[in-house]
Amino acid sequence: MGVTGRIHSIETFGAVDGPGIRFVVFFQGCPLRCLYCHNPDSWDASGGREATAEELVEQIKRYRNFIKNGGVTLSGGEPLLQSEFALELLRLCKQNGFHTAVDTSGCIPLAKCKAAVDEVDMLLLDIKAIDSALSKRITGAGTENAVKLLEYCESVGKPVWIRHVLLPGYTLDNEQARRMGEFLKDFRCVEKIELLPFHKIGEYKWENHEIPYTLAEVQPPQPEQVEEYRQILMSYGLKA
Amino acid sequence: MEFKEGKWQHHINVRDFIVRNYTPYDGDESFLASPTERTLALWNKVKALLAKERENGGVLDIDEHTISTITSHKPGYIDKDLELIVGLQTDEPLKRAIMPFGGIRMVRSSLEAYGRKMDPEVEKIFQFRKTHNDGVFDAYTEDMRKARHSGIITGLPDSYGRGRIIGDYRRVPLYGVDYLIAQKKKAKEDYVFDIMNDEIIRQREELSEQIRALEALKEMASTYGYDISRPAQDVREAIQWLYFAYLAAVKEQNGAAMSIGRISTFLDIYAERDLQEGRYTESEIQEFVDHFVMKLRMVRFLRTPAYDELFSGDPTWVTESLGGVCIDGRHMVTKMTYRFLHTLTNLGAAPEPNMTVLWSQRLPQNFKNYCARMSIETSSIQYENDDLMRPEYGDDYGIACCVSAMKIGKMMQFFGARANLAKALLYALNGGKDENTGEQIGPEMALIKSDETLDFNEVWRKYDQICNWLSRLYINTLNIIHYMHDKYCYESLQMALHDEEIYRTSACGLAGFSVVVDSLSAIKYAKVHPIRNEKGLTVDFKIEGDYPKFGNNDPRVDEIARMVVEHFMKKLSKHSTYRNSKPTMSILTITSNVVYGKKTGATPDGRKAGEPFAPGANPMHGRDSNGCIASMMSVASIPYEYAKDGISYTFSIVPAALGKDLEQRIKNLTSLLDGYFAEDGHHINVNVINREVLLDAMEHPEKYPQLTIRVSGYAVNFIKLSREQQLDVINRTFHTRF
Repeated sequence: MGVTGRIHSIETFGAVDGPGIRFVVFFQGCPLRCLYCHNPDSWDASGGREATAEELVEQIKRYRNFIKNGGVTLSGGEPLLQSEFALELLRLCKQNGFHTAVDTSGCIPLAKCKAAVDEVDMLLLDIKAIDSALSKRITGAGTENAVKLLEYCESVGKPVWIRHVLLPGYTLDNEQARRMGEFLKDFRCVEKIELLPFHKIGEYKWENHEIPYTLAEVQPPQPEQVEEYRQILMSYGLKA
Repeated sequence: MEFKEGKWQHHINVRDFIVRNYTPYDGDESFLASPTERTLALWNKVKALLAKERENGGVLDIDEHTISTITSHKPGYIDKDLELIVGLQTDEPLKRAIMPFGGIRMVRSSLEAYGRKMDPEVEKIFQFRKTHNDGVFDAYTEDMRKARHSGIITGLPDSYGRGRIIGDYRRVPLYGVDYLIAQKKKAKEDYVFDIMNDEIIRQREELSEQIRALEALKEMASTYGYDISRPAQDVREAIQWLYFAYLAAVKEQNGAAMSIGRISTFLDIYAERDLQEGRYTESEIQEFVDHFVMKLRMVRFLRTPAYDELFSGDPTWVTESLGGVCIDGRHMVTKMTYRFLHTLTNLGAAPEPNMTVLWSQRLPQNFKNYCARMSIETSSIQYENDDLMRPEYGDDYGIACCVSAMKIGKMMQFFGARANLAKALLYALNGGKDENTGEQIGPEMALIKSDETLDFNEVWRKYDQICNWLSRLYINTLNIIHYMHDKYCYESLQMALHDEEIYRTSACGLAGFSVVVDSLSAIKYAKVHPIRNEKGLTVDFKIEGDYPKFGNNDPRVDEIARMVVEHFMKKLSKHSTYRNSKPTMSILTITSNVVYGKKTGATPDGRKAGEPFAPGANPMHGRDSNGCIASMMSVASIPYEYAKDGISYTFSIVPAALGKDLEQRIKNLTSLLDGYFAEDGHHINVNVINREVLLDAMEHPEKYPQLTIRVSGYAVNFIKLSREQQLDVINRTFHTRF
């Protein structure tokens, strides 16, 4: 019997989860409580359904014709929360020749997830805020672990795509853009930054949730605001 | 410069001419020319006419006095000074003609629908002249009438032109009409045998009809000032000659689908020679193509509202098959392939001509990327699997209508619309009675024993019996229809552009595919309890537990899908057909999935009475929960060898779900297409569009005159769909995850 874990769902066509077309495995369970989370149904670590790494890879193999120029992305939830399960799944994917990525908030201590990080081809690292205190307000956790993970990736040359949600009234202002640029500019492992403008598509999922949704009044940012933020990052020589 | 010599010079063999002379093009789209001033001026005139047609309720004008024939109308122009390619169906643009030989009733009710009256002269003629429709109803049995009105078989071409025949229009520019006439005359001379049986008599009569049609074609062209008795000399003539041939076909026949074949690579041979010899520039050649395509966008037929309900959006299916790979291994993409698709940029998106790319893994990457970009920008392209069809049909086949492959000039089909298999399943549960009326339509059968909770094996046994009856009735009905069509409404011009020996298929079809499959899966894997009314008919079903649904790449239900297709096809093959045609089957509904659904009671999969079916082979809306690739894998698993008339799948996605930027979207879409076709998928419509745009277009049609979307096998102007069909499109699965 192989390693088992809990998954929320699968998506056979991920086009925005790393390079090319990705088979995305959404892990169940996340320690963060992001205000804008669009998958709050993936928080509870005892929810979802049980799956073995073998059975998932058997399924993934059937999609080879589609994902041969893309790969497999572990997302969630927080995939590194189930780090052994993630490691096993990554290992089997590699054995079958698939490119792999992990989409993480970096909140799991490096000591716990290092083996999985070593196994994966690249990380999609979601920096929640450049200011750790603000991150705590938005997600319930600071950014210290994420920064350590990024530094580790730099030290071993692991490619990273930074993702960052632009939330009006929280993370979306030019001052923070400059601090973000200043912070990231010297990391050679950072290949690009994907700015994710806050959207309300997952809002309905909060309706039956124990925690109230607090961003009902917040509107998605204007395209010009996003563009301005992007320009600032680019002025630091970053690809955004 | 002379064309390379070959067999094509000794007898009619267009393929040989193409293969010896064409130049594959591996480059990208950067060579393409923008529309000329003249093109824009002409297109503006056409757009104004199209707007007027829309304001007028869909029909601009009708000539109710003149029965349309190849030579019936004097020449018509949009603007004689601007048009480089000439020819209209009547003497005015967008004026519709009457074509009564399919059925005078259809003409009468179309005229009534648009506030016109039958011309007494025309009426008088048809007191003495019988139509196809009259013939069919003279021969129909009681069973056939019942099956037709209950809706278990519908959309039958028994009152209008059957279509789905592709004349090899390229023969006219390549050989000139005189050569073609000489060949037909010779064939007729040779067609003398010891025994004059009905087959030979018919063939001789048809050849005479064909010769007359070719003479008429020449005469029609001469009224426009062209002598097409000789071969075309350059690309402009080649396009003009070819268009005259097509125009003659759409003046003679209002066939359901009047496809044009596979013409772009053929025409490129002339264009390439003209470029090399300095006769025309790239811009001039594109101008000819733009003007030609404008004409194809203006083909019109007079239809009834009932017809529009089934095949909505005023489609003509001027399907042009692009690309593909040659038997010798070279791909068949040429600069002309690009020029045709480029009309979507120069003139904007449009449903016609029905741009159909024959996809192969071996197409050049540049071309794949260009197609993907055009799909993303216009949603006007459908794709079909050349690697799947080439072994069967070679490298000179074209698509008729939506998904029906045929060797050009060598094959034709007897179009047979479709049987409603969801209804057939309900007949199995209701002892052969119609679930809505209680009328005994099918054979009387013992009621289901496992009526408390349906037993899969018992239901399947009964369904099998219903299919025995249905398949026999269906083929027999088609036999009558096509016998009469040949007799009263023969396509003399289109058949004049065919060989004498024709391979014919009886093209059956099925509707309600995913409903039947999911229903059987529910019966097998969940507990399904029928709910019956006082007459004992099923009105609803109670489903206990979950069941695997088609569209999730779940082998348990995909196996049922395979079984349903193979089962019905094997039944069809057992019956004897008119003119020894070979039965085939398609899984294609066009927009009739809405009407079929309306006429069908609640089904064991949980679908309510009257709800639309999914179109073609699509999974039912909202039931595919693993993303679109899982859905594609399920559709691709349907065995093409048992559905050789085509398997239609419509795919809609919002742009943001396809990738973050245009470059990513292009890359992801080409990977999707490569993947789907590598898995043996047959056909896919690609829509890249936001739902919000469609919702806005419903409210403000005037803002979206050219908004085009792909629906089961063809493209339509979204604003020309009925409100019901617009809602059906919007409610269907849109892949939106981002």
